[in-house]
Amino acid sequence: MSILVDGDTRLLIQGITGREGQFHGQAMLNFGTQVVAGVTPGKGGQETFNGRVPIFDTVAEAVGRTGANTSVIYVPAAFAPDAIFEAASSGIGLIFCITEGIPALDMLRVYHVLRAQGVRLIGPNCPGATTPGEAKVGIIPGNIHRRGRVGLVSRSGTLTYEVVEALTDEGIGQSTCVGIGGDPIVGTSFIEILTLFEADPLTDAVVLIGEIGGDEEERAAEHIAKTMSKPVAAFVAGRTAPPGRRMGHAGAIISGGTGTAESKRTALRDAGVRVADSPLQIPALLREAGVA
Amino acid sequence: MKLQEFRSKEILARHGIPTLPGEIATTPAAARAAAERLGVPVVVKAQVLAGGRGKAGGVKLAADPAEAEARAAEILELRIAGAPVHTVLVTPSVVIAHEYYLAVILDRAARAVTVIASAEGGIDIEDVAQTDPAAVLRLPLHPLIGLQPHNVRAVSFFLAIPEAHRATFATTLTGLVEAFVQTDAELAEINPLALTSDGLVALDAKMVLDDSGLARHPDLEQLRDPAEEEPAEAAAREAGISYIKLEGTIGCMVNGAGLAMATMDLVKLAGGEPANFLDIGGGARHERVAAAFRIILADPNVRAVLINIFGGITRGDEVAQGIVEARAGLERQVPMVVRIVGTNADEAAFILESADLQTAYTLDEAAAMAVAAATAGEGR
Repeated sequence: MSILVDGDTRLLIQGITGREGQFHGQAMLNFGTQVVAGVTPGKGGQETFNGRVPIFDTVAEAVGRTGANTSVIYVPAAFAPDAIFEAASSGIGLIFCITEGIPALDMLRVYHVLRAQGVRLIGPNCPGATTPGEAKVGIIPGNIHRRGRVGLVSRSGTLTYEVVEALTDEGIGQSTCVGIGGDPIVGTSFIEILTLFEADPLTDAVVLIGEIGGDEEERAAEHIAKTMSKPVAAFVAGRTAPPGRRMGHAGAIISGGTGTAESKRTALRDAGVRVADSPLQIPALLREAGVA
Repeated sequence: MKLQEFRSKEILARHGIPTLPGEIATTPAAARAAAERLGVPVVVKAQVLAGGRGKAGGVKLAADPAEAEARAAEILELRIAGAPVHTVLVTPSVVIAHEYYLAVILDRAARAVTVIASAEGGIDIEDVAQTDPAAVLRLPLHPLIGLQPHNVRAVSFFLAIPEAHRATFATTLTGLVEAFVQTDAELAEINPLALTSDGLVALDAKMVLDDSGLARHPDLEQLRDPAEEEPAEAAAREAGISYIKLEGTIGCMVNGAGLAMATMDLVKLAGGEPANFLDIGGGARHERVAAAFRIILADPNVRAVLINIFGGITRGDEVAQGIVEARAGLERQVPMVVRIVGTNADEAAFILESADLQTAYTLDEAAAMAVAAATAGEGR
């Protein structure tokens, strides 16, 4: 048992017959995730992954027949908000949306509707979450992990992999690794994930990976200073990014002197967080903080 | 996507917001003709996407058509924040009694479409927010019901809009929110919203659209200004690559935006300067890798290339194959440091070694090697 996903996660894949759904569905099965159902409207009644996973036309039907409790979405941006709403109104309590390129105003509506329904959304434009030895949901490579007691939360996909590998290379295992996504409006914030890690008896320390844009990291710093007893190490990408230019992620832009890497690093340091200059320094900073 | 002032004003006018007539000119003679038609005095304004246009001499008053021609000639010679001026807007000059600031933004922290207003318009709103926060109103709109009449009243009274102009103000604010929502904007700004003898009028406007929303607004995608874009950045966008040119000497090719930023940071930390931000995107095939190479090496400042790939969706061997193929076809050879880890890294290593390419294992090592290679190249 760890945060978000574990051996009891019963996963539904929305868009299971698409290219990404097929590739990552197989990778999740290989990792040991309980993939119990898939949804592709019009392909209900078929099966995939050598008959291991049944396909349904609707999420409600999939939930009713398989007891799925978590969904991961690989459908194109134009259809993703509807897929999220369908999952939320069909009894799914935890939704991961991997899809990138969803218009921000659509996400605004999705965000508030899901809050009102009490459904947790991770993403969109996120790599998912992995609890080594238990379950992986999303697109994070499975083979870089090691089971352990450090939690990781990030706004960036590949940078997550980089840090996970650095931890594993140094013999530091992970409890759960979560990517919350790089868009301006995401379903779940750093603060919410930090709160889950603080309460998780299987997590001893946390790594936070931030980037330029917005003030999520500054808010997280304030939250850490006030509420967290577990040590936190951090890396913030984008120290060399010029102001006014968008660095790939829709959320990664420095506007009007706010949201710089330096302001985030300072806020985190002031909150007692150990801040790395390179992702490779994270393991050493965790050791300093007493992580075995 | 940022829109030019005149395009932003066109959109706002369609939503009932009062604007002045104006004409676009790309030559001094056309500016003169425009001034003749519009009536003088006029203002000649550079149409560039960079900020600080006024301070850079890009906005000038002209008393008669001949002066409009002369001012336009000066402005069309300018480079503002590095970008050449191709177009000017000629518009009547008016007498301003008061300037307001009015904008609609997507406030990510409040997770709401938010109205920003200040009675101290005409200047940088961020400065006002710093020096006198009480002078700036931030009003988050309800996520599901949007702008309501009581919101309009609240903004109107905050700005102390004279009673005679309240109806026009209501139309303006309602139109601004409507324009924002209907174009999938990130920002719709009027600064200043001026009170003149003819009433309220949007003297300057700025709109920034959400790139993710453009797919459902083909009409707005048409407004993209190719002349305003760095040619390499436009080519990259068409190839599905996210690229921003910078001033350094080390070209970076990375998958993933966060990792690309981190790679640039490490180049800097190792004593070098990144020549670009470049994200080849998820699941890139060898053709896209080759395109990325061409874009990086088209920058004459590039002395070395650092390739950092952490394969997840992206397959390392695809990238390695792309690098080898692309290098064979390149006219200009520069030192390259390649790091490929993750999915199919072993296959990638074999391809790279066979092609005799310099490889690195860790990110820090790769950055240091690239900086060393670039420095050695300069010494030659």
